Amino acid sequence: MNLSESLLTALDSLRSNKLRAALTMLGVIIGVAAVIALLSIGNGVTASINDEINAIGTNLIVITTNADNSDGYPTLTLADVVALSDPSRVPAVADVAASVGAGFAVTAGGNSTRTSVEGVTDNYFRVNNLEEVAGGGLLTENDVDTRARVAVIGDGVAEDLFPDSYPVGQSIKINGASYEVVGVLAPSGSAFSDTDSSVFVPISTAQARLVTNRTRQGEKPVSAILAQAANADVNEAALEQIAEVLREEHGIAYAAEDDFQLLSQADLLDTAGQITGTLTAFLGAIAGISLLVGGIGIMNIMLVSVTERTREIGIRKAVGALRRDILTQFLLESVVLSLIGGIAGIILGWIIATIAGRAIDLAAPLDVGTVVLATGFATAVGLVFGIYPAWRAAGLRPIEALRYE
Amino acid sequence: MITMRNITKSYHMGENVVHALRGLDLEVREGEFLAIMGPSGSGKSTLMNILGCLDTPDSGTYLLGGEDVSQLTDDDQARIRGRRVGFVFQQFNLLPRTPALKQVALPLMYAGLTREERMRRARAALERVGLGDRTDHRPDELSGGQQQRVAIARALVNEPNIILADEPTGALDTHTGEEILALFEELNEQGITVIVITHDPDVAARAGRVVWIRDGLVDHSRDGATALVARVGNPPLTTEEGGIPSRATTKGGAS
Repeated sequence: MNLSESLLTALDSLRSNKLRAALTMLGVIIGVAAVIALLSIGNGVTASINDEINAIGTNLIVITTNADNSDGYPTLTLADVVALSDPSRVPAVADVAASVGAGFAVTAGGNSTRTSVEGVTDNYFRVNNLEEVAGGGLLTENDVDTRARVAVIGDGVAEDLFPDSYPVGQSIKINGASYEVVGVLAPSGSAFSDTDSSVFVPISTAQARLVTNRTRQGEKPVSAILAQAANADVNEAALEQIAEVLREEHGIAYAAEDDFQLLSQADLLDTAGQITGTLTAFLGAIAGISLLVGGIGIMNIMLVSVTERTREIGIRKAVGALRRDILTQFLLESVVLSLIGGIAGIILGWIIATIAGRAIDLAAPLDVGTVVLATGFATAVGLVFGIYPAWRAAGLRPIEALRYE
Repeated sequence: MITMRNITKSYHMGENVVHALRGLDLEVREGEFLAIMGPSGSGKSTLMNILGCLDTPDSGTYLLGGEDVSQLTDDDQARIRGRRVGFVFQQFNLLPRTPALKQVALPLMYAGLTREERMRRARAALERVGLGDRTDHRPDELSGGQQQRVAIARALVNEPNIILADEPTGALDTHTGEEILALFEELNEQGITVIVITHDPDVAARAGRVVWIRDGLVDHSRDGATALVARVGNPPLTTEEGGIPSRATTKGGAS
């Protein structure tokens, strides 16, 4: 008996008990739908995190003090920024910005909010993709040169301090001194940066008025230097050049450790990839468990079915069915059950992912890999959990099977 | 057609060993209509299982159509059943929810025939048992007699060496039983070897020869019509043991 005959026989059997077939499939449908929905959402989250990291600024390298190797002193200064801005020394770097920050209570009129005040260079906004403003303008080179008491505030700060009025042109107080608000940043909506709740002032002003700590040499520090590689291909070269220049500037001996650390966006993407990979694996595992439960459901029903159809198996064997024929028939029944369940599950999962994606404002794409994986998994479930019942059916002795009531 | 020599078969029933067959010899010629009778526990069912290649004997030889089928694997037995044996059971044993034509074609599917050939032969077999107009009816749409006819068609369809019928009229009323027996006679006249296992002397009376089994051996064998000549005309007996002629009466009445 060939495979297509066995398939027709299996389909006949399933058709003869539609409700049971549908209920059995339900386990697989839910399992596969869960796999599809959760993996799609996982993929959507991964894509959205990657987008946000890319939105921070492309090819960005963040240089900070290596706290393990600086005896508690900050190690980066504006001199480093100048050195890194020299294209002859770091040709792979296109732009360098710096920031120095601290937490302060900021007040305006009767309102007060505790926020992070960042002293930044004028190109900081460009390097960080923060050039979009809701009102006013950004800090200028002149502001930095003249240590102007001006501030650009985040959207959240603007709401806290000026709930009822237009902030630009008004003044705020930081650490006892008043600053004129020259601009409000457009809301970023990003979960990864807190620019909405930050206040930006010229780095020179911050160093003069807000920063109290000093480097070991007594110089005023910067907390972070942002270097933008000319393009993604020279990212590695930029990292090497930056390290070389900073070691030279800081007079670090050949074998000594760096007193600074470099974090590139590529590293950030890697880290995020690991986190989202874990997330996706976790979601996949949960979904896998429900698929497993579905598979056990199939096995359960198939075992019941074998017992219930003992006489049928006896008849088939009496008229010449081989072990293989019975085995194939029952195995195909469970595979067909799980495969149809799998296809229905893919559709259901896709619907769930789309609805959930809309609800949490996330693109949850259904990729081919997930569909292939889910279909393969469903078929495997049918095979694995169908083998034992089919084997039981095939092994029934015809005399006893015919006598079975 | 069938030669059985010194067939033995025993079973374990818990602690006890039941010797169902104790060296039975049996000869069945081609084209015969044979009835096998015997009380419960006589080994008649075991004999039928071995005849139908549903079971293998512990020892002895069984030649079916010249082929030694005494010791076969399960699958080889299944192939022999599919090719050489047609079964008719007391409870019809049709597949539920399956139309007659498909029922009858079932052995041919396992024999590996093409779909067209299967349908053609199944239709012919149904016509042969007088159900040419019931091909699409499912068992629950057929009367008992019609169901048994479908079963007989299924037994015929593979052109087997023997048709093995186990109490084929046991679940039918007298009149329908008569019709089924008449069908067997008709098929037998067309040259098909029929073996009926029965309790019912009236059924056995239709056979060309009756073989009585007792305690796992052939007790004796007689020409059916003469063996039961005294019973013809009596009201039909139920399938109780009392209906089976004792050794003494048959000896006295038939020789």
